[in-house]
Amino acid sequence: MTEASNSQDPSPPGLIHPTTTDRSPWNWLLLLPILLPLITVIYNRDNPHLLGFPFFFWFQLLFTLLAAAVSGIVFVMTRRRS
Amino acid sequence: MPLQGTELAIVIVLFAAVSVLGFMASRWRKATSVSLDEWALAGRGFRSWVSWFVVGGDLYTAYTYVAVPALLFGSGAIGFYALPYVAIEYPLVFLIMIRLWSVCKTHGYVTAADFVRARFGSPTLALAVAITGVVATMPYIALNLLGIQAVLATMGISGSWPLIIAFVVLAAFTYKSGVRAPALISFVKDILVYIVIGVAIFYIPIRLGGWGHIFGSYNAHFKATPPGTASLLTGANQWQYITLALGSAFAIFLYPHSVTGVLTTRNRAVVKRTLAALPIYSFVLGLIALFGVMAIAGKIKPLTGTNGKPNTNTVVPSLFQHMFPSWFTGLAFAMIVIGALVPAAFMSIASANLFTRNIYKEYLRPQASEQEQTQVSKIVSLLVKAGALLFILLINPQFSINLQLLGGAIILQTLPSVMIGLYSRWLHRGALITGWAAGMIASIWTFYLTPDPALNEAHWGGTAFALSHLGLHTDVEIYIGFIGVVVNLLVSYGVTTALKALKTREGTDQTAPADYFTDVADRAPAAPAEPAVPTGA
Repeated sequence: MTEASNSQDPSPPGLIHPTTTDRSPWNWLLLLPILLPLITVIYNRDNPHLLGFPFFFWFQLLFTLLAAAVSGIVFVMTRRRS
Repeated sequence: MPLQGTELAIVIVLFAAVSVLGFMASRWRKATSVSLDEWALAGRGFRSWVSWFVVGGDLYTAYTYVAVPALLFGSGAIGFYALPYVAIEYPLVFLIMIRLWSVCKTHGYVTAADFVRARFGSPTLALAVAITGVVATMPYIALNLLGIQAVLATMGISGSWPLIIAFVVLAAFTYKSGVRAPALISFVKDILVYIVIGVAIFYIPIRLGGWGHIFGSYNAHFKATPPGTASLLTGANQWQYITLALGSAFAIFLYPHSVTGVLTTRNRAVVKRTLAALPIYSFVLGLIALFGVMAIAGKIKPLTGTNGKPNTNTVVPSLFQHMFPSWFTGLAFAMIVIGALVPAAFMSIASANLFTRNIYKEYLRPQASEQEQTQVSKIVSLLVKAGALLFILLINPQFSINLQLLGGAIILQTLPSVMIGLYSRWLHRGALITGWAAGMIASIWTFYLTPDPALNEAHWGGTAFALSHLGLHTDVEIYIGFIGVVVNLLVSYGVTTALKALKTREGTDQTAPADYFTDVADRAPAAPAEPAVPTGA
């Protein structure tokens, strides 16, 4: 498919089309940081404490770091080297 | 409350500094044309570091800093729903946003409604998306004012004139510099956030006798409070926690200002890198939420609001005031005030674009030039801010909070058109409009049925819809936006099937499959139109 297929709305200059798909098995990893925080039974408890934090709080804080780590991995592994 | 001179002086100095920055921002990455792409999207040229600050500054509002801890302070564990919400939002839209970025870049779309119009060949559907965006954003801007108001009240300032001054200044530099103003100020905002929170998260617990003691007070406090508030989730509010987190995560990237933030970036890699790094802000927001827990341990009493009831939004400002010397409290308050200005500017620009592109150009002046569109957006951004100000001055603050909650639920009703639309145009434009209307009605109706004990109102009270209203024997509560979007999807699916069976015309799709993968090279291409890389921030 080329830019010619949308003739009534021409693309500005400088655009490239290096790919025709975002599919990659690595994308499935993203489900992990999306689904885990939604399963309340995992973390809706007081113990064990960490540095004085109840499990409910410290464990959920880790989800943000998980999101960054997984998204970072998916970004690097699906990046096209040019 | 006596006037706090030192705090006020620091807040005024920093406010003046960012205002100057806001006016000067028009010279940053100087515009190469008069098109809306420049005023509203800064030429779509922000690279990774810049866009991380910009989108972070755009999404995390002062209201979040004040209201999330207030919710934990007042209701316990349910208030921490903000954490799973901000943890899942970026992985959730990681793949969706690069498609949106590409198709918008290819065709020069400025709003999500622009995309919907072209994808489904339906100006009417685009109008529905645009109106939803403006209506949902208005109370959101108003809430940022509430954040400023809470700080002013804590400093001993009453009356609405300081708020009006702050908003007039904000309106002026946004008018002049467009999205470059909040983008540049977001650096100041974010640096203040990291300094203040970085210090507070260690200093306050030391003063309060350690985290063990803080959470001990929190647990003890919620043993003595009425049911519905607890130190952990209960059987009744667990589903609300889940549906609120998931619904809010989808909703945030449907808001016009988030789309604006994403579209200011240079290419797909920048979008991905930014989304991968934004959870750092989420971690900080999680820490900010804990100020609500600290306030319980510190026995902070919220100030009494104008309605004679305790205004829990003042809990965080009061905590800072009790814990810190006044110069540092001043910094923290400046953080909240500046944290309100940045998202409010983004929101008013994004709403103005929706009006210009999907109402003005579509229905009033189809021949409007690029320059005229920019001028209309600039003026409408002023009107939007004035509207938000009236909201705060005329309506009960608690009610505007409820309206913002409703705003989240109604913006979700654009999900089938925008997010599913990015992947498939199987859904029929007529069905999407019907589904949108059904979802809106379901959200508003469930919102109406919910009482608000804090205001003593029987109706229009909140986003936790008790399923017992439907005659079910359960105490489970579910987020109204979630109910709305389920109704929306079912109706969209059903009506699509019917309309396809009747062979109703589906409109033309102006996008091509390849448009969803369009990219721009990291290095400047041969085309001379690219603005120069900023030499400093």
